[in-house]
Amino acid sequence: MTDQLTPSEVEPEPPEGSFFGDLTGSGRIDWRSNVLIPALAILSALIVGALIIALGDLDTLRLWRSSPGDALGVTVETVADAYGALFKGALGSVNAISETLTRAAPLILAGLAVAVGFQAGLFNIGANGQMLIGGMFALVIGFQFDLPIILHLPIAIIAAFIGGALWGAIPGYLRAKTGAHEVITTIMLNFVALRLVDYWLTIPFFQLEGRTDPVSKSVLESARYPELIAFINPRYRVHLGIVIAVLVAVGVWWLLFRSTIGFEFRAVGANPDGAKYAGMNVVLLYVAVMATAGGLAGLAGGDQVLGTLGRGTPGFVGVIGFDAIALALLGRSHPYGVVAAGLLFGGLSAGGQAMQATTDVGIDIVQVIQALIIVFIAAPALIKAIYRVRAEAESTQVSQGWAT
Amino acid sequence: MTATLTQHAEGVRSPAEIRRSRVLAIVYLVLAVLVLVAFGFGSEGSATFVLSRPGDAIQVGSPTIPGSGLAFVVSAVLAFLGARQWMAGFGSRTNLVLAIGLGLVAFSFLAWAADGASFSLVGLLQEAMKRAVPITFGAVSGLLCERTGIINIGIEGMLLAGAFTGAIVGSTLGAAAGMIGAALVGGLLAVLLAVLTVKYRVDQIIAGVVINIFVLGLTSFYTSQFLVENPALNNAPIMRAFGIPILSDIPLIGPVLFDQNIFVYGMYVLVGVTSFALFRTKWGLRTRAVGEKPRAADTVGIHVFRMKYLNVIMGGLVAGFGGAYFTIGSVGRFDENMTAGRGFIGLAAMIFGRWHPVGAISAALVFGLADSLQVKLGILDTPIPSEFLAMAPYLVTIVVVAGLVGRSRPPSDYTAYVKE
Repeated sequence: MTDQLTPSEVEPEPPEGSFFGDLTGSGRIDWRSNVLIPALAILSALIVGALIIALGDLDTLRLWRSSPGDALGVTVETVADAYGALFKGALGSVNAISETLTRAAPLILAGLAVAVGFQAGLFNIGANGQMLIGGMFALVIGFQFDLPIILHLPIAIIAAFIGGALWGAIPGYLRAKTGAHEVITTIMLNFVALRLVDYWLTIPFFQLEGRTDPVSKSVLESARYPELIAFINPRYRVHLGIVIAVLVAVGVWWLLFRSTIGFEFRAVGANPDGAKYAGMNVVLLYVAVMATAGGLAGLAGGDQVLGTLGRGTPGFVGVIGFDAIALALLGRSHPYGVVAAGLLFGGLSAGGQAMQATTDVGIDIVQVIQALIIVFIAAPALIKAIYRVRAEAESTQVSQGWAT
Repeated sequence: MTATLTQHAEGVRSPAEIRRSRVLAIVYLVLAVLVLVAFGFGSEGSATFVLSRPGDAIQVGSPTIPGSGLAFVVSAVLAFLGARQWMAGFGSRTNLVLAIGLGLVAFSFLAWAADGASFSLVGLLQEAMKRAVPITFGAVSGLLCERTGIINIGIEGMLLAGAFTGAIVGSTLGAAAGMIGAALVGGLLAVLLAVLTVKYRVDQIIAGVVINIFVLGLTSFYTSQFLVENPALNNAPIMRAFGIPILSDIPLIGPVLFDQNIFVYGMYVLVGVTSFALFRTKWGLRTRAVGEKPRAADTVGIHVFRMKYLNVIMGGLVAGFGGAYFTIGSVGRFDENMTAGRGFIGLAAMIFGRWHPVGAISAALVFGLADSLQVKLGILDTPIPSEFLAMAPYLVTIVVVAGLVGRSRPPSDYTAYVKE
């Protein structure tokens, strides 16, 4: 360490037991609350998920009445098969790992979008809409201009960021100026973005020639993320997106914990009034936070359009923006935690797809498991009570009512 | 901040109020110009509004209204409202005036959209009434929780769970059982919300979001596991509309208000009962006391935690029942994520209605109207793409929340209560 104090070192210790208490420092990690509790939360979620899978099998449920022994056997087998397929689909082969990484990239970026909001005390549920708009911006650059890849790809990525940032700035501005809670405005903007994309995909500028269904023109090869290991087998579709996602996570870590603006982000999150009396421009900060978050989500949308899909389709981001909330909570809103959680969720997603293909259990169970993970993460007292762990972790608090 | 600290004499407005008032005034003026330019100069013929249905006992004529003339009048009224809002404001009637203003814009828009054709106003208003049902139930559920100091963002999930349960139980055991089952499942989710927020002091918004994601995942999972293969389980009986004798014969009002299904009548009862109970009974007083000042309520011997649990669970029952509207009250069939944000619109209606059941239903009707417009306008040949019409309820929600949340002060203290 140099003699100069970085902002994070002069910062007063946040109150004991606050959500980000052990993360807002310069990297001191409390293993109990940041590794043990999340691990137990995942375990608990998988156990409850198993029960839900068992309840989803009508034939076996009927068997319980006649011969409970057989039914138990069948149930255990169903659950073991499902989780086995899930695990194999996530990590079992090169192709599985390639899929996991492909799916992890947008999840990490969207998770960062939610995490940056949390760090500043804002609840960004709008990642989905921001991804859609960012993705459409990237799409326009992707098919409309013909440039060398050195220029084309970076410009398309920047466009994705700008698109998401503009869409994200709206709720930030509304929150700062009018007090409209970002939870409501971001969700409404998700629906608006969804309809807007539906509309755009039907107008000639975007729509693929000769098609009547809403499918966009394809992104030119010069703006596509290059595939990383397709030379081994063209089936392996992992692309540059995962590398970019990890680099962006490092950048976000620097921004949050080593830069002045990041310090201000966290200060306004810890205490908006305090930040105001310290002379920070809270309105500008809220807009900047949401624009940054939106931009990150926009990159996630760009990852889908420029990487995995290569074009725009209705609702091309799926539910990534909602998975991102679970992921940011699991990663405790720390960029590196988000990367770890993103890899886990990428694995769940890839494995879920494989599970759906090979067993009778549908991929939606993955979303249930993710929701269960947040229940246990958000209420560490539950985990502590179940497993009798001693940890400092207090319940998560990010909001103060309808604010202003 | 300062506005709450300094006392203002009656009629004198704080700088923040004046600024918000001016923003709203500008909204009125923009709308006035918009109506004038788009509908005033954009309409050529007249629109015929049909006010009664063929089978009605008393037939009333169908007025033909010139689109441009109406637009000029509406534009003038809006300009007046804007000027008044700028100069003096409307005080406690701000929301009401805004609702009337938006209604006028909608009316003028209709006259323009139906230019040269006839349009069933009865049909539109009937549809608006129905579409206000889940929003009202959501809003009342929200305000039951919020009056006692718990934010319920999980309304969306409770509605969705109610819709799902309504479909399955309704298909197997009948509509009545379906409605009870839906309410109970909503109540169960509310127990989860209450335990997480009251006992474990989880952040209220996170707890609500968890419920939403959990229910979305669970219903989608079970839809693909059971309902796709067993369509018989997803075919609930639909509640039919029945007219209330005499009242349903009143022209226009009758068919709109009193020839509806049980959910719409349930909505009237709900709003009446909760309005009375919240402001006229011992329970209501205690509920509001717990919400406003839990410490004080505790001191005088009110069981704070018990009141919170009770009210949140009641809120869950209300939301669950309201969710059954989507299946039993409307189409009979459950589809993934069929609530499409209605729970959040309900929250906006609650804020717009200033945490009062009557306010909530009024706001819900505005949203219901915006919602039904897109359905009914699909029939008319308008130059506006359907996607933009579908955005209307969401955009109205944003405008309402942005324009009014700062003005409408939440009634409660939402921090987790810790007993000393």
